[in-house]
Amino acid sequence: MDINSPFKKFSQKMLLAICLSFISAPILAADLSHYLRPSEIPQPDNNRMTPERIELGKMLFFDPRLSGSNWISCATCHNPGLGWSDGLPTAIGHGQKILRRSTPTILNTAYQPLQLWDGRARSLEKQALGPIEDEGEMAQHLHKSKDRSHGLIDELKALKGYRDAFEVAYPGEGITKNTIAKALSSFERTIVSTDAAFDRWIKGDKKAMSKSALRGFTLFEGKANCVKCHSNFNFTDNGFHNIGLEDATDAGRYAIRKVKILIGAFKTPTLRDIALTAPYMHNGAYATLEEVIEHYNVGGISKENISPNIKELNLTDNEKSDLVVFMKSLTGKPTPITYPMLPVE
Amino acid sequence: MKQKYLFNVVFIILTMVFATSVFSKEYEIDQNSKSFKMDGKKVEAVTIKVGDTIRFKNEDPFFHNIFSLSDLKTFDLGSFPKGQSKTVTFDKAGLAEVECAIHPEMYMEVSVQ
Ligand code: HEC
Ligand code: HEC
Ligand SMILES: [Cu+2]
Repeated sequence: MDINSPFKKFSQKMLLAICLSFISAPILAADLSHYLRPSEIPQPDNNRMTPERIELGKMLFFDPRLSGSNWISCATCHNPGLGWSDGLPTAIGHGQKILRRSTPTILNTAYQPLQLWDGRARSLEKQALGPIEDEGEMAQHLHKSKDRSHGLIDELKALKGYRDAFEVAYPGEGITKNTIAKALSSFERTIVSTDAAFDRWIKGDKKAMSKSALRGFTLFEGKANCVKCHSNFNFTDNGFHNIGLEDATDAGRYAIRKVKILIGAFKTPTLRDIALTAPYMHNGAYATLEEVIEHYNVGGISKENISPNIKELNLTDNEKSDLVVFMKSLTGKPTPITYPMLPVE
Repeated sequence: MKQKYLFNVVFIILTMVFATSVFSKEYEIDQNSKSFKMDGKKVEAVTIKVGDTIRFKNEDPFFHNIFSLSDLKTFDLGSFPKGQSKTVTFDKAGLAEVECAIHPEMYMEVSVQ
């Protein structure tokens, strides 16, 4: 019998552990770098962000006079106090009409190549005039017409405060639908998520995440398969999927691209600040994150045309709550916002 | 007389089959990190000849769904997982826009000459 053998076993194990820690540390760091914040906020060449443009965009965003009723601003639905959304299952628009889709947050829309649940707007600039002119949302007209003595552009031009603000933000370009859209977009690009517990942990603060949140993260990337779609810094693949919600009325992305897989498919939303933006989904189907997890756990409700990446998960109760704790670790402290003074003359 | 005619037709058909099988090529375009890649490099446009085939191969750990709704060619390859591939033969000259339905950032043009 070899008296050395217990020691030998021990030293072998030690050696293995040392080797593993050397190998795994860099691998771990490399593996998670795609979760780091991109170094710059993406912005188009013809509309770089400047303080003047951002300030003008902020005024427009909070100004109810952008709507036909002079009563609804962008911030009515995209309310900074409610995670830049409205806390409603689906939005309420002009004339108190209940709309068919929920209000997404505008947080981190700067990082999205396509805007809206069905991706029909190719940029923030292309999206910005949509809600103003939409009969259901703000019911405004940009120009005067036969049955309207004035449109939004005339109303803005009548106010010196706006004339000056447009001139410093977009010298020589005037007050046009283009400059309105550009200013709104410049402001929206400033609404980005702050560092949440998860970001502090990624950057090396080992204590930033609880054990439960860490287990949730492992599930998120592994057994629960969430990362197939909710990937990278903004926790979205910017893709379109039918996740098996019960909604027979909304064709989703299929209305834009007639490909079978897109029937009932919607854009993967960000999970940043997700704790602030209940209810969830394009139709506001779920009131809590627990309900969302239950949806994924059973592999979706309606199986018709459902994404092949949605499958029954068989999560235990503990695993479900770990996933919820993890999602909450993606919620940062919102940046306080001051309400802008709006021009009255 | 009739026989000679038949012979000619068969001959012509055979040469055509032979010609296309010799001159038409198959290209492989991979779906990798949510982009179209050829020999490991990202491609936004390729030029091929009439009769050529493109094999679309998924190398990502999630599904892709390649389609085109162009006037030149309409096809929908359906969604397929990592490791699988599907082919499309382009039999007319023109321009086809090819996209992934799931990830619209994946977009390329196939110019058929
Ligand atoms: C009546 C409520 C309402 C108002 C007012 C409103 N929105 Fe929205 N917003 C919505 C809804 C609902 C959607 C989703 C619509 C869809 O996808 O079809 C949306 C979507 C968006 C998106 C896309 C977000 C994403 O993640 O895809 C942006 C950006 C946006 N709105 C900006 C604005 C701006 C700028 C204004 C003011 C000019 C505005 N909204 C006014 C309800 C509203
Ligand atoms: C096949 C892609 C896919 C997978 C896998 C997936 N999601 Fe989603 N997720 C989406 C899409 C698409 C939506 C929006 C669906 C809709 O509204 O129709 C969504 C919505 C959500 C929402 C609501 C967001 C909001 O603002 O309304 C949460 C929360 C969420 N997912 C968490 C998860 C978690 C946790 C997992 C893993 C258990 C997961 N998702 C797996 C694609 C996916
Ligand atoms: Cu794809």
